[in-house]
Amino acid sequence: MPEPAESPTGRPVVTPTRIVAGLCLLAPFVSMLWVSSYARIEPTLIGIPFFYWYQMLWVLISTVLTTVAYKLVRREQRLRKDGGR
Amino acid sequence: MNALVTAAPATVRLAASQTHGVNGVALAVFVFFFLAVTVMGFLAARWRKAEQSANLDEWGLGGRSFGTWITWFLLGGDLYTAYTFVAVPAAVYTAGASGFFAVPYTILVYPFIFLFLPRLWSVSHKHGYVTTSDFVRGRFGSKGLSLAVALTGILATMPYIALQLVGIQAVLDVMGIGGGEHTNWFVKDLPLLIAFAVLAAYTYSSGLRAPALIAFVKDGLIYLVIGVAIVYIPIKLGGFDSIFHAAGKALAQPGAVPGKPRGEVTSGPNAQWAYATLALGSALALFMYPHSITATLSSRSRNVIRRNTTILPLYSLMLGLLALLGFMAIKAGTDIQGNPQLAIPQLFEDMFPSWFTGVAFAAIGIGALVPAAIMSIAAANLFTRNVYKDFLKQDATPEQEHKVAKLVSLLVKVGALIFVLTMDKTVAINFQLLGGIWILQTLPSLVGGLFTRWFHRWALLAGWAAGMLYGTLAAYGVATPKQKHFGGPSTAIPGLGEIGYIGLTAFVLNVVVAVVLTVVLRAFNAPDGTDETSPADYTADAGDKGVLADLPPATAGAPAGH
Repeated sequence: MPEPAESPTGRPVVTPTRIVAGLCLLAPFVSMLWVSSYARIEPTLIGIPFFYWYQMLWVLISTVLTTVAYKLVRREQRLRKDGGR
Repeated sequence: MNALVTAAPATVRLAASQTHGVNGVALAVFVFFFLAVTVMGFLAARWRKAEQSANLDEWGLGGRSFGTWITWFLLGGDLYTAYTFVAVPAAVYTAGASGFFAVPYTILVYPFIFLFLPRLWSVSHKHGYVTTSDFVRGRFGSKGLSLAVALTGILATMPYIALQLVGIQAVLDVMGIGGGEHTNWFVKDLPLLIAFAVLAAYTYSSGLRAPALIAFVKDGLIYLVIGVAIVYIPIKLGGFDSIFHAAGKALAQPGAVPGKPRGEVTSGPNAQWAYATLALGSALALFMYPHSITATLSSRSRNVIRRNTTILPLYSLMLGLLALLGFMAIKAGTDIQGNPQLAIPQLFEDMFPSWFTGVAFAAIGIGALVPAAIMSIAAANLFTRNVYKDFLKQDATPEQEHKVAKLVSLLVKVGALIFVLTMDKTVAINFQLLGGIWILQTLPSLVGGLFTRWFHRWALLAGWAAGMLYGTLAAYGVATPKQKHFGGPSTAIPGLGEIGYIGLTAFVLNVVVAVVLTVVLRAFNAPDGTDETSPADYTADAGDKGVLADLPPATAGAPAGH
């Protein structure tokens, strides 16, 4: 059976914060799986083709996005703990 | 490096280097680091004993000391293995862009595990689960499904351990102590045997702490070597412009497949599906491996895991830089003696002064020991908990479990050693390829189970079987001019016509079968297993009521005793 739409504590599972966090986690999938968007040589960076430096740049971008998602989830958790009990 | 070799990578090397003598300085530095690490491995056990009495269980997965940074080193040491360091640049060297899929692969892993690993951590610490199979059994009340997951895990891990040894072998070969064609087999394999005995001895006495401690050294060395290599070698070779210019020329030459070039500098239109599906499929598979889970469950809290997903990508950056070394090997005209896996060790030897070559080789060699230790512990846990205890001896005491786990972890290592020594390297690589495809088929039971109980246990089992069967057959059918079977990870996706990763196609088939059969079984009211978990278990955190700080002795004992 599917889990109920509400968490065991009776709070909604889907909140605006979680949607934003979810989008942060989804973005790397969209950008990395869309290979034709970056399968190019130009512009090169210090001689490295776009294909390579772009993907390595995304390591950094995805790190920032995951950190944002982590902070958002963390903050919501804390708010719930403080307000809930 | 002369200009001639850049045009044709397989150029004959100078006579002097063909004899390939032992590089004394490099060997000395290598042995020095190896000894240092060995001492550390044994000291880890003593230091622990002194600090806390005979409580071995402390050393289990739940060991409280595994905070963010130790988990980071442990996971990094665990996931980015010696074989990765050798194989990724080797793939880039051989075919160019397609080998770079490792970078998007390791980018996608972290957002994915951000979603499900904290839930696994919570439910495991609430119910004392030690392996993924424990969870599957508890969630679906099905020993059959749990056994399927356990056996898949063991099967997929064994060749992975074997490949760590292949990684060490590549380094030994380049150092010239792997012996030539005519050396006596015992002399030839002796260094590997020694390295192996040392590994077995200190993991036996120090447990999970040894690889965790050694991981610090390993990663320190790796970051140092990559950092130096990525600056020093391009300067020596005349900059990235000329490296990629030479690589473009070399890759445009006719390759192994008649009428097709050797590779591409960027992923061409026909290769993009394969690139994307390989990245996605590998990302989904990585945390299905038992050793990834072992390292994760040893962390202190849910937040340690989440925080780790934000710092682990540092390793991906390193992997990307490492992959670029493959192009440098092309430009440098590195002599691979017909084995692309020698590309990076040989490049290091050609480029660096001897002493630094030794440091680089030590990094790779030590890099093999950390994951091999964790993998053998993880495989032993699976066997003990989900085969031995569930099927062979249901009333086993914790002491018996501990003993069996110890023995199995040793057997697994010896098995891997025999594998590498007796069989051709390509066999290990083929099985590793299959292992990735297989392990991905446990995802619906595990991740599906973490979020929903909708799937029926029998449907999941049928889906798993379908995925395993299709994946194995499809991989068997991939031929290259060099290999009749298991020639690569990708083939045409049925119904789409694009080339894609077999594991991902098998996974889709697996899910479709599981969904359809669940609908059918539900319509016929087939009996569900008992679910011993409740929704609140999946969000519980350390400090909550009923959450175990330490997981039970079976695993706790296993790493401790090893």
